Amino acid sequence: MRYAMAVDTLKCVGCSDCVVACQTENNVPIGFCRDWVVEVTDGTYPRLEIEIRSERCNHCENSPCVRCCPTGASHYAEGGVVLVTPHKCIGCGACIASCPYDARYPHPDGYVDKCTFCLHNRVEKGLDPACVSVCPTKCMYFGDLDDPNSPVSKVLKNRKYKTLIPEAGTNPQLYFLL
Amino acid sequence: MKEEIIVSGRLNHLIDPQLHIWHWHIPLYLFLGGLAAGILFFAALYTILGKEKEYPTAVKLAPFLTPALLSIGLLALFLDLNHKLYFWQLYTTLRLESPMSWGAWTLMVVTPASIVWCALHIRELFPNWDWKFNWLKAVETFFNQYKQHLAWVLLISSLILGVYTGILFSAFNARPLWNTSILGPLFLTSGLSTGAAAIVLMSKKASERHNFARIDLMLIGIELFLIVHMFMGFLASTQVHIEAAHLFLGGPYTVPFWLFVVMLGLVIPALLEFLELRGFHMPYFIAPVLVILGGLIFRFIIAYAGQASRWLY
Ligand code: SF4
Ligand code: SF4
Repeated sequence: MRYAMAVDTLKCVGCSDCVVACQTENNVPIGFCRDWVVEVTDGTYPRLEIEIRSERCNHCENSPCVRCCPTGASHYAEGGVVLVTPHKCIGCGACIASCPYDARYPHPDGYVDKCTFCLHNRVEKGLDPACVSVCPTKCMYFGDLDDPNSPVSKVLKNRKYKTLIPEAGTNPQLYFLL
Repeated sequence: MKEEIIVSGRLNHLIDPQLHIWHWHIPLYLFLGGLAAGILFFAALYTILGKEKEYPTAVKLAPFLTPALLSIGLLALFLDLNHKLYFWQLYTTLRLESPMSWGAWTLMVVTPASIVWCALHIRELFPNWDWKFNWLKAVETFFNQYKQHLAWVLLISSLILGVYTGILFSAFNARPLWNTSILGPLFLTSGLSTGAAAIVLMSKKASERHNFARIDLMLIGIELFLIVHMFMGFLASTQVHIEAAHLFLGGPYTVPFWLFVVMLGLVIPALLEFLELRGFHMPYFIAPVLVILGGLIFRFIIAYAGQASRWLY
């Protein structure tokens, strides 16, 4: 099993509903977010191109954050989802410094927090992650890459895509459809 | 022109707009660890070489600083943790992939070993010292018998500790400035150099001071060589590494680095030590004080600049 997500940069309008849905679903403390929307503008007026991406932890297959965690609090859970066990985390910040995407943040309660792909609260119950299910343009696809019929496998078969900073060697599992 | 902005307004504390998860604690911890490693290395080395008589400060006196240095360093590390009550989790596993983990374990070896070392030499400070309890005397006799072994343990563990202070940073490929394996040997050399400087400061024996000034001079030479190599490596590497190097070559860290670390912390003390060895007399404490301050500033600059360096993103 290999959970992954694909975000369609052509459909995303940057409404930030995914950000709010995540904050509500996961009780993200005020002032923090586990996902965010990036807008890239390229070119000079009037020839401008824009790309909009909803980003979060990439649940990297070769994740530096898991590697550098001294206690094993950061770990690979079911389907390769990278999670933090709060009662094992000492809050040393090593994983925060090690993430090339700055996807983690120190939770005010002391431990480190980040996107979980809603693994325990939704995915295990057969639901999509909160961000995926709330998106008004349906631009996100989630599922198991080992299952050829999952929404994410299907869309990756038919579309061009990229990942972010693949040269960092992390093998990210968040795909952006182009 | 390409412009990337986070339109959903991400402002995660300590992450945005620029990573600042590590403050003064970590660089201080690394500096103290390196200094203690340097002092213990020389104590162990000259014990193994059988030169306790020639270098009494290095072998017997200077190590008295190390338990304090290491404890303050560990305290700084502890203060840096955000989830302090779970500190003990650090010592429930040993993860070789994580420098934070094996470094913490190295400290658990070095710190007690340094305390035992001091206990064996307590009579240098207090000639009439009495352990009062018989079992403590028995412990002392035991370790006295195996002093050479203890010296070997200290020698190896202090080298590991010294290298660790650099590897802690170099293991992070997310921060291009840190992501160079030269940082391990560089911080080790810097730690040994500050250790030698501390011995020069404490020693009352001219021949011992001269020996350590000579060692320090050599270590400073190695450090300068490694710094040049570090920049050569960055400039010949990828765009993100080139940008990391430019933090020091025209960027915001240029003046602090070249002025305080390279000039005041390395070149000038090297010159002073050289002149001193050539027989010019000057206040001998200036060079070692500069070396120690330079080492401290060096750790701070690398810790802060590293967090400012990132991937194209
Ligand atoms: S994106 Fe960052 S936090 Fe997420 S798995 Fe990769 S390295 Fe770890
Ligand atoms: S902050 Fe927590 S999860 Fe991150 S490396 Fe340290 S112990 Fe592991």
